Amino acid sequence: MKRTQQESDQSFIAEAMPAFISEAREQLENIEQLLLQLEENPQDRDLLDALFRCAHTVKGSAGIFGLMQLVEFAHHVETLLDRMREGHIRLDPSLSTLLLQCNDQILHLVDIASNPSLESDEYIAERADLVCRLLAAVGNSQPVPASAGQETCVSGAAVPAGGRWHVSAEFGTECMRNGMDPLGIVRYLGTLGEVVAITCDRSSIPSLAELDPESCHLVVGVGLVTEATKEEIEGAFSFVKDDCRLRLIAPSASLEHFVTLLDEMPDHPQLGQLLVNIGAVTQAQLDAGLRQQSALRAGGDDAPRLGDVLQVSAGVAPEIVAAAVSKQQRQREAGPDDNRCIRVQADRLDVVINLLGELVIAGAGASLLARQTRHSGLTEASQHMSRLIEEIRNGTLQLRMVPIGETFSRFRRVVRDTASQLGKDVILEIEGADTELDKSVVEKIADPLMHLVRNGLDHGLETPEQRELAGKPRQGRLVLSARHESGSILIRIRDDGRGIDRSRVLKRAWERGLVDVDVTPSDADILKLIFAPGFSTAEQVTNLSGRGVGMDVVRKNIEALRGTVDVSSQLGHGTVIDIRLPLTLAIIDGFLVAVGSSKFVLPLEAVVEVIEGRDPNELLTMPDKRGGFCVPLRGELLPVVSLRQLYALQGEAPERVSIVVVRAGDRSYGIEVDMLLGQHQTVIKPLGRMFRTLRGISGSSILGNGEVALIFDVPSLGLLAAEPPRINTRGARETAFPGRSIHSSTEGQSS
Amino acid sequence: MNSDKPIDASAQTQASAQFLTFLLADGVYGMDIATVREIIQHGQMTSVPLMPDFVRGVINLRGAVVPVIDLQARLGKAPAVVGKKTCIVIFDAQRDGERVELGLMVDAVSEVIEIPFSQIEPGPSFGSAVRREFIKGMGKLGGRFVILLDPERALDVEEMADLVERSQDEAVV
Repeated sequence: MKRTQQESDQSFIAEAMPAFISEAREQLENIEQLLLQLEENPQDRDLLDALFRCAHTVKGSAGIFGLMQLVEFAHHVETLLDRMREGHIRLDPSLSTLLLQCNDQILHLVDIASNPSLESDEYIAERADLVCRLLAAVGNSQPVPASAGQETCVSGAAVPAGGRWHVSAEFGTECMRNGMDPLGIVRYLGTLGEVVAITCDRSSIPSLAELDPESCHLVVGVGLVTEATKEEIEGAFSFVKDDCRLRLIAPSASLEHFVTLLDEMPDHPQLGQLLVNIGAVTQAQLDAGLRQQSALRAGGDDAPRLGDVLQVSAGVAPEIVAAAVSKQQRQREAGPDDNRCIRVQADRLDVVINLLGELVIAGAGASLLARQTRHSGLTEASQHMSRLIEEIRNGTLQLRMVPIGETFSRFRRVVRDTASQLGKDVILEIEGADTELDKSVVEKIADPLMHLVRNGLDHGLETPEQRELAGKPRQGRLVLSARHESGSILIRIRDDGRGIDRSRVLKRAWERGLVDVDVTPSDADILKLIFAPGFSTAEQVTNLSGRGVGMDVVRKNIEALRGTVDVSSQLGHGTVIDIRLPLTLAIIDGFLVAVGSSKFVLPLEAVVEVIEGRDPNELLTMPDKRGGFCVPLRGELLPVVSLRQLYALQGEAPERVSIVVVRAGDRSYGIEVDMLLGQHQTVIKPLGRMFRTLRGISGSSILGNGEVALIFDVPSLGLLAAEPPRINTRGARETAFPGRSIHSSTEGQSS
Repeated sequence: MNSDKPIDASAQTQASAQFLTFLLADGVYGMDIATVREIIQHGQMTSVPLMPDFVRGVINLRGAVVPVIDLQARLGKAPAVVGKKTCIVIFDAQRDGERVELGLMVDAVSEVIEIPFSQIEPGPSFGSAVRREFIKGMGKLGGRFVILLDPERALDVEEMADLVERSQDEAVV
């Protein structure tokens, strides 16, 4: 870009800079992920291509913004990646580390773009060092001989460069009208390498009488000796991409395949002719790249033909092509350069969702009124509207949901770096990456997860030597999994390390005064101690974890999300940490119940079944101090919470009560209610800061008539009911202590 | 308090401030009108279980769920008795730069008055029915005094949230 132009574009650049930075960060994150995946599958050509594209995008957009430092540095990286694509360099762990460091450096350069004061001598030196290493890596590369063409073809590995390509281009009739000059493109090909043969198939040119001079009927074949990559050759045709059928045949294909290809293509006489003319003298072969391209085009228009061609020509089983196609499509869907996404600011989305919440409430109110009029037309119309609102609501809610996989895959780098720092060999496995949950929850869970993963790496997993001694494989496993479980999400961190030594935990708890000396809690309670404030079992405090603040903070953060964290561990076999989080969405499907004059909403996902019409006097045989009791249910005793007792609600129990059986984690319990009011779509209204510690209740909802109903948090309500009572202030508190002042209530501090 | 108010060009705000006065069972109270958003009639309210006395419940304020504080109970007296004139004063409580909407249940709202700063005296160190730190000052209005509340202290969201937590522990554990 010319300088004068750039100056005139200054204001535009200033405006667009934030977008560049956020996009660049995203691309860099992609690069990191791709590198880590590539490390596991070094042969995966698609990954390498995606990697290159990301790097290229960052470099390209940095160029637009005149960030020359970044462009220069990224250029070195790109060169290395390019050599890798050409198959000259293979990715090994040291190279991968180098590239990861380079990625960090680019990220830093992006940061500098927004805040130049971040630049320091340290970084400049590091950058220079990285450039040297990049250059060394590129310089050392020896061209890998294009051996085993057949294998390369099947495994889809790197394309060998330097050799004779066959380029066949069938220009569309509109090509010239669109202002493109086929000749110019052919000339440009000449700049990429040496054009050794050129043919022009004129068979499709109509007779002079019928010829429209503005239409193009050219089919050009070019034999090109070049070191350029397939993409570069394709690049020459980028302006006529949609208007031109392009075929590339890479060097070093076996003659046999070539002939087969010709034989099997009766519907393309022109191409066949050309192949005989040029292909017969080359040793070309359809390379992996072409097959990949065919798979890509399978999503598009002229795919089937090309796919068929490939199946017969390269002797590839149809299943493989099908697999490649579907794989390619999947990757396109989740691909880093997926441009079917629209970026929306989170707060704008929140505004829409809030309004929709209002709409749901208003709609419910309107249909209630409509029903009261008993006007059938009006009722029907309002029902139709409610249904539509519900659909919009569901669609909009999906917008907030994001798969947790993104958060999980961030840990690949963490695990890789941390493990190598600790001299451990650990593989991270991810399960249920597509489990979706609310974006706000995803954001808030990342930090606690980070801590738990680090903790597992540091304390849980052993060094390869220790593992061998214990008769375990040298490589440790760390599994991050996520799945939905009755209205909440379960995130599990599992390792196969040494497990938690309860005796050491207990000893430490005694030392720290967390437990009275010589008191031995139950096994499960001992494990819970690791979440106590100021607890750390690491004999040596490392810089990774073990500062003793971590687990406490982890638990607090998770509880702030109204989640729970459980730990179970088997000494010598590993540790499992379960995090259960509510899917705190803006709207949920609820089950409305009434007790006395109060109405409550239960998340529908948590409701298992309902036992209707019980006589309360029959039920209350042996209530505990808070009115909890048990009922037999299919041969087992089901604990039941009496809301009237637990919450000291006013009013007498009716003649018949119902029990709603709910599930919290792996336990079930019942809730005794007066009335079942049925399913109710409910907008969660947060109760705000004042009620942040509310137990048993996760939020509130506004009913159709404007009344506020409280939403139960089923797991926390279960805990509330299960805790042993110490002070029995049960009964009508409000009337029992009418004049209770703040002073007395502050004195009643909890332990 | 007034120092952090934007300095108004009109001189009168510098020499005096406007207060909303309202009645509780035992007297006239006032609070700076700047944080008051609206006054609504007492209506349908949902009580929240296991709350301290001063938390009356929550109301639906045009789609937002707003906690309602019984001011009388918060000041350490008996909970208010709902009457014909009972009102809820909706005001903004500030905490760490975050705005929290709260409702304040009072027996009746009386008027908005302007009190010159010269007429505001510091709260008495003892002898007042209200905790001293809750009071910003005593405004002289004609011959009588109006207790001017300091909402940031008397209705501190964090402190009330702590009390909410304790109330639950006390009731359940």
